[in-house]
Amino acid sequence: MKTTRAMVLVYSDPLSMERGAKEVYECLEAEIKSFGLQDEISLTMVGDIGRHDAVPMVIIYPEATIYGPVRPADVHFLVEEHLYKGRIAAGLQAPLQELTGRIAWISARAGTLPAEQRIVLERAGIIDPNSIEDYILHDGYAALGTVLTTMKPAEVIAELQKSGLRGRGGAGFPTGTKWSFVAKAPGVKKYVVCNADESEPGTFKDRVVLEGDPHSVIEAMAIAAYSVGASEGYFYVRGEYSLAQERLFTAILQAREFGFLGQNIFETGFSFDIKIHSGAGAYICGEETALLESIEGRRGIPRTRPPFPTTSGLWGMPTLINNVETLANVPAIIRNGANWYRSFGSPSSPGTKVYTILGNVNVTGVIEVPMGITLREAIAIYAKGMKPGSTFKLAQTGGSSGSVIPSTLQDTPMDFDSFNKAGVSMGSGALLVCDEDTCVVDMARVLLNFFRHESCGKCNPCRIGTQRAFEILTDIANGEGDLNDLDVLADLSENLVQMSNCGLGQTAGTPLHDVLKYFRAEIEAHIRLHVCPAGVCPMKVPAGIHA
Amino acid sequence: MTVAIKEGPEVLEAVHAAVAKHGAGVEELIPILNDVNRALGYLPAAAMAEISRQLKVPRSSLFSVATFYEMLSTTPRGRHIIQFCESAPCHVVGGRQVWQALQKAVDLQPEETSLDGKWTLLTVSCLGVCAVGPVIIIDDDIYGNVKPDQVADILAKYN
Repeated sequence: MKTTRAMVLVYSDPLSMERGAKEVYECLEAEIKSFGLQDEISLTMVGDIGRHDAVPMVIIYPEATIYGPVRPADVHFLVEEHLYKGRIAAGLQAPLQELTGRIAWISARAGTLPAEQRIVLERAGIIDPNSIEDYILHDGYAALGTVLTTMKPAEVIAELQKSGLRGRGGAGFPTGTKWSFVAKAPGVKKYVVCNADESEPGTFKDRVVLEGDPHSVIEAMAIAAYSVGASEGYFYVRGEYSLAQERLFTAILQAREFGFLGQNIFETGFSFDIKIHSGAGAYICGEETALLESIEGRRGIPRTRPPFPTTSGLWGMPTLINNVETLANVPAIIRNGANWYRSFGSPSSPGTKVYTILGNVNVTGVIEVPMGITLREAIAIYAKGMKPGSTFKLAQTGGSSGSVIPSTLQDTPMDFDSFNKAGVSMGSGALLVCDEDTCVVDMARVLLNFFRHESCGKCNPCRIGTQRAFEILTDIANGEGDLNDLDVLADLSENLVQMSNCGLGQTAGTPLHDVLKYFRAEIEAHIRLHVCPAGVCPMKVPAGIHA
Repeated sequence: MTVAIKEGPEVLEAVHAAVAKHGAGVEELIPILNDVNRALGYLPAAAMAEISRQLKVPRSSLFSVATFYEMLSTTPRGRHIIQFCESAPCHVVGGRQVWQALQKAVDLQPEETSLDGKWTLLTVSCLGVCAVGPVIIIDDDIYGNVKPDQVADILAKYN
């Protein structure tokens, strides 16, 4: 690798691109040349880093000075001041706010911010996602080489089981065990599918991985294919993620060109190739059997299980389906070993978790931290606390697989087992933090509206239950509720959990159950007193008049 | 309504380009529908007939797929499509007020197209740009951290 005096990074998440990050990059390139600095300074476009308040952003190392928002017209001044004269370009710096990731790590050494632990997002935001060379320079494809040349499939699976990695899509199923099921299943052909249909409200961690470090997932897919005996792979990427699809497409072409995909990889006789399948806007396709239906060209309606996809999946063949974040852990585990991986997180849930922190907090964005930190820590340390003047009321952990967490559970360690014990679910890793201005009835109504809309309509409990619950919550929000409604809601929630065919319906009952359990008094206020304590609901029947 | 029904060579060209790109297998149905929808703005009846012929899939199955997915439309849409995220993360940071301002500005209910064929208003689930909610997407442009009083300025950029 050529050494340079300074490194200039331009961020390229969709919002930055939309605000002209590409023009800024081109101007930087031209200006650096016009000052004759092109041999001393490297310029790279990198993925999302989890900060969006001052985009397009330009960061210059080694000082880690953050400039933003930078317009093409500012570039001449920026290059002249910072890179040519060697001083801060006054007036262009982004508002002071700590960044996450490697940048955070640099400031952490100065004692200003606790470091994150990055495994999944190790390279996102550091390397050029469109350059396979950059990935290889950062230990890329080393794990695939090790696996293909020195390990037997069973050894890879054993290592993964030893690492204790659990699926990061929401359910937390042990990844090594899933791989072993597919490896043992008989079939003339097997498939590996990467589930990148990330649509849980508030979750965009997988997008950050795919846009910032697409090769890491491709490498993991190849390792998985070798371990389970598959020869074909699919990326199922949600239709709305067009930048992620573009990056993956480029990455796959590069991997083929370099011989990491295709025939006879690493001269070992192992062959594997990957296709991208774009979704078309259906939340339910994140459910693994609906996803398979969608790849086969049909409506995304979940299948009845068993048989599970591990024995009868895509076109009836054994199929391994893993989430993007789960897969992105694999190369690091192979490179550093299971014991290294177990040194992070908690005994039941080793490793790290990527969260998106959103809502009424000072800093929103993506963080990757060891499993087992508490919600209170996440808010106080990484989100820099609640917004001035607001108090924590509840957090919602995202979409269907999540829960509503009241303030009394703020100190529960966030890992699979502790959350199970507390009766809440970690979900996909969205932490939507709400303050006292949030009404639980309104919140539950928004969530049920989502499920009602996204239910595929196959089974009655889900199709009718979500609609009915939404109607009742709307009545309560209008001040037209009845105390019996609470029992009906409790029944509906129970029925959804017990009787729905797939995960969507089964977990649509969770927010209902949670608000009834933790915030019953507030709901009763809507019904008995015709008052919305947070002042959010329309309450068409005013206080004092009884319906 | 002045939204034109599409038919004729333009439609056939879009279908043939998509089939040539993806191949005529049934597993390529959704990518093909996606491409045609993107090229024409929606899936006109003529396109469905042609896809059905090329892929040897009954039109009923095509409609069953096309009506299931959010990004595919079997009815003509306006020149500009406004997508508003109504999921919880945008909702709790002021999405409700933005939605009211937006609805008032274009005077439409969700899923409706304006009489002059300019706007189609859609409510959608999370678009994955939650860090900058509330979010409005018009065509391919993303607007984040939207305040109710900015809605008029944003809409004015389109004609």
